[in-house]
Amino acid sequence: MFHIFCPHCGEYREEEEFHAKGEAHIARPLDPDACRDEEWGEFLYFRTNPRGIHHELWVHAAGCRKFFNITRNTQTYEILEVYKLGEMPSVVAE
Amino acid sequence: MSQKNRLQDGGRIDRSKPLTFTFNGDSYQGYAGDTLASALIANGIDVIGRSFKYSRPRGFVAAGAEEPNAVVQLGATEATQIPNVRATQQSLYQGLVAASTNGWPSVETDFMGLVGKLGGKMMPPGFYYKTFMFPQSMWPTYESYIRKAAGLGRASKEKDVDRYDKMNQHTDVLIVGAGPAGLMAALSAARGGARVILADEQNEFGGSLLSSKETIDGKPAMDWVAEVVAELNQFDDVMMLPNSQVNGYHDHNFLTIQQHCTDQFADRAPNGAVAQRLHRVRAKWVVLATGAHERPLVFGNNDVPGCMQASAVSTYINRFSVVPGNELVLMTSNDGAYQTAIDWHDAGRHVVAIVDARKNPQGSLIDAARERGISIMVGSGVIEVQGSKRVTGVSVAPLNDVGDKVTGAIAKLKADTVASSGGWSPVIHLSCHTGARPVWDDEAIGFLPGPTVQKQLTAGAINGVFTTHAALSQGLQAGADALAHLGLEATDSSVPTTEDVTQGKAMALFHIPHNKPTSKAPKQFVDYQNDVTAAGIELACREGFESIEHVKRYTAMGFGTDQGKLGNINGMAIAAKALQKSIPETGTTIFRPNYTPVTFGAIAGRDCGELFDPKRFTAMHAWHVARGAKFEDVGQWKRPWYFPKDNETMQQALNRECLATRESVGILDASTLGKIDIQGKDAREFLGRVYTNAWAKLAVGKCRYGLMCGEDGMVFDDGVTSCLGEHHFLMTTTTGGAAHVLEWLELYHQTEWPEMEVYFTSVTDHWSTMTISGPNSRKLLEKLTDYDVSKDHFAYMDWKPMTVAGVPARVFRISFTGELSFEINVQANYGMHVWNALFEAGEEFNLTPYGTETMHILRAEKGFIIAGQDTDGSVHPFDLGMPWAVAMKKPFSFIGKRGMQREDCVRADRKQLVGLKTIDPNVVLPEGAQGVFDPKAPIPMPMVGHVTSSYWSACLGRSIAMGFVKGGHDKIGEKVYYPLADGRVVEAEICQPVFLDPKGERQHV
Repeated sequence: MFHIFCPHCGEYREEEEFHAKGEAHIARPLDPDACRDEEWGEFLYFRTNPRGIHHELWVHAAGCRKFFNITRNTQTYEILEVYKLGEMPSVVAE
Repeated sequence: MSQKNRLQDGGRIDRSKPLTFTFNGDSYQGYAGDTLASALIANGIDVIGRSFKYSRPRGFVAAGAEEPNAVVQLGATEATQIPNVRATQQSLYQGLVAASTNGWPSVETDFMGLVGKLGGKMMPPGFYYKTFMFPQSMWPTYESYIRKAAGLGRASKEKDVDRYDKMNQHTDVLIVGAGPAGLMAALSAARGGARVILADEQNEFGGSLLSSKETIDGKPAMDWVAEVVAELNQFDDVMMLPNSQVNGYHDHNFLTIQQHCTDQFADRAPNGAVAQRLHRVRAKWVVLATGAHERPLVFGNNDVPGCMQASAVSTYINRFSVVPGNELVLMTSNDGAYQTAIDWHDAGRHVVAIVDARKNPQGSLIDAARERGISIMVGSGVIEVQGSKRVTGVSVAPLNDVGDKVTGAIAKLKADTVASSGGWSPVIHLSCHTGARPVWDDEAIGFLPGPTVQKQLTAGAINGVFTTHAALSQGLQAGADALAHLGLEATDSSVPTTEDVTQGKAMALFHIPHNKPTSKAPKQFVDYQNDVTAAGIELACREGFESIEHVKRYTAMGFGTDQGKLGNINGMAIAAKALQKSIPETGTTIFRPNYTPVTFGAIAGRDCGELFDPKRFTAMHAWHVARGAKFEDVGQWKRPWYFPKDNETMQQALNRECLATRESVGILDASTLGKIDIQGKDAREFLGRVYTNAWAKLAVGKCRYGLMCGEDGMVFDDGVTSCLGEHHFLMTTTTGGAAHVLEWLELYHQTEWPEMEVYFTSVTDHWSTMTISGPNSRKLLEKLTDYDVSKDHFAYMDWKPMTVAGVPARVFRISFTGELSFEINVQANYGMHVWNALFEAGEEFNLTPYGTETMHILRAEKGFIIAGQDTDGSVHPFDLGMPWAVAMKKPFSFIGKRGMQREDCVRADRKQLVGLKTIDPNVVLPEGAQGVFDPKAPIPMPMVGHVTSSYWSACLGRSIAMGFVKGGHDKIGEKVYYPLADGRVVEAEICQPVFLDPKGERQHV
């Protein structure tokens, strides 16, 4: 069970308080109507599934209800950093 | 029976406290301090159970958690039954009742044993796969017999009477294992000021020292242990947990400890005390001081009772003052095991011989054995034993230098006990739980903990160092390292002095060869619990299994409840040899939580029965209960399902509730509907983006129905949202979807449109909602308010603030029944008051309470959907026939718009929601029934959609249904057939889904 530092609350809390919301940095296309089916499908369904560094969106659901990002190693489950929405990760895959 | 194997004195048992217990129906005596295993051995019990597959008699092999055979069923009463208890870990108590779990009709005369006697040829690895797979339809029959024959214990048929508990712990250092390494680490960490938890599976601290005769700091080792324990007890921040198995090591240093609080001394926890407690520990640092398990050697018939781990024999003698036999043959590949022969000899019993696989063993223990006149046969091995329910003799043969060939004549010796040691396997299980891959070490002849990302330290035998001195010094170091990581300072502590024992080099030996090839030799067991033999592993390799993980699965090695603690390394060594690879090349399987079986009680704790899941009640719940309502779970809510009167059947109650509502007035407690208060200057625009329909022009005082879709265009929720103010809205959601919808709104606000000024507040519990519905609902409301609720003043789809029954209320004129309807919302604490007032005023109108089932029927008569029942995440608004709820021309591309225009979403033959009228009006289609266009088509028939809602409509005097039909919107008037499991084929006509009042005149009065 993860021990997650909420960047909004400023402390470590148990995983039970959080919900995982999938891969981070998946931006909704600004003009969906201009997207071809393939592009929309890409946005809707296709996600990376890396072994190693992964950026994820989480929400402190039973806490401050803020969304934030986590950089996590999917192999070791280490959380390498947390950062707020709008920020970019400092730890990235090579 | 007397305790014939008990020694006169010595050991850590209390002879002044005799205890009576029962095993397989017979009564025996033991002493306080015994385990169930030591007490049974004291009484001369050799056979503890039957083996899983061959049903061979099995005895005690080990003295701790690694025991594969002595797995018993515990419990004096039905309610206190515990399966899967290792007798070697169970403390003896007065009145303990235990039974073997394998063996039918009994362990002494076992039916399945016959199968075992027919031998390995009949049951090779993969036996079940190969034999029982065909025909496939027979598998359930085979399975029930196989399971009965296997018999690995049973759960109680009654409710567990004991209480279980959970505790969350936070600590600086959690130390696992209180042997010399763990104790020293705890001492060091505690002296430095750290918060410490020290957990050990045994009832006493000391680990290996409990069964050792060595000295520490010049005094008996256990005196030293007592001093350390006394000092640790002085610290406020040190928690000492004996009888506590650390069973799981999870991510981010989260560990679970199963503490046996009372079940080591009572069948049932006294006075309602907690029987077991699960500690959920978040540790800043973990010190694994879990020690090592001795590896027995693999040889012919090595499962005959009397074949044991050498160290276990010493433990029984030194700790429990029990000698498990009279005539010992010790077989070893190392010096350490000589101690067992010395202990046996010093206990006054006869050592027949020490059989050492090495040619020229040298060291102080060998000298000590020689001084006692014990015969030592070097360069030899025990290739097989004789006997069935007890060893009667052994065959010893000379071996070549590497120990893989018999090189000379076989000698036969008489013996009743064969102790063996192939060295020690570090207990690395916990370190594996988080994914660390073990690393082979040639020096230690075992796997050591692999590199880990956890904040984990290790000390003692787990690192492959097997002397007490090494354990103490590594423990001290681990404590100091933990302190350094925590920013604390270690005090000046030194390693206690121990006796110097010089040991010669051990030999890497796992499998003793036989003069016959392995496949023809007597069975050489690797994994006792699953009856996996050396021949079986070699066969698996010959059949092409090369990965150790596949060998494991094919042979079932390590699949037992002991997870192969004893046999896995031997098995891997045998597989490696068969594959002509080294052990590190072959690799190892890894261990998963839990280390030993955990009771469901400990896992559940108090989270069962009434406390399993929170329950949510509306403010009027007590009234519903008093009125005899039947309840339905909707999410966590308890909602009235229907209100039976007298001896009504459910259908009779529903008919009455439906008719009363349509003819006069009914009332529904709708408080559970999700309510989200939305405010902010961009609230209106936000609604336009998350709902499919238009919101720009909704005036204050108006309500509107909305559909919510995902980006894929599929409907996931619906509800009415009302405009309370220019920048203020109240959204309602489905009862079960409220939390998800709130998170959905927040997700889009925070990630996509943070520039929008909008706030969301869950207000579901703030309001009590009661819906009065039916032609007399206005008259009823008029009795309780001065407000003008006439048609002209209070129009359909408006809401008005007013006073109802003296209480401020928001009343919404919306309808889910198709009748004239008012939804009265009051602050939740006024709910019961207003509800009662409505019933008082409603008596003249026969005001009838109805529940969710009547609500479903009434809405289905009107063709209104229920999100989650008539939708399943694969239907968009057009499939539902609701194009009126989609505003394609909105300037912002709302969520779902692009998705519902994908190529696949605009196909003409999509499954579409339609009404269904059975040709026989008395037949109610089962929900979920699959439709076909041609009931005579060959099987498998093409299925064209399923029934989503289906009811008996008392108002219409016939059955009604809604369901999906491929291309259904263009098939109105056509037929669809529902072949049912009972052989009936129900014919139905496709129709519009609005069965009653299609023009909507009833709600507009």
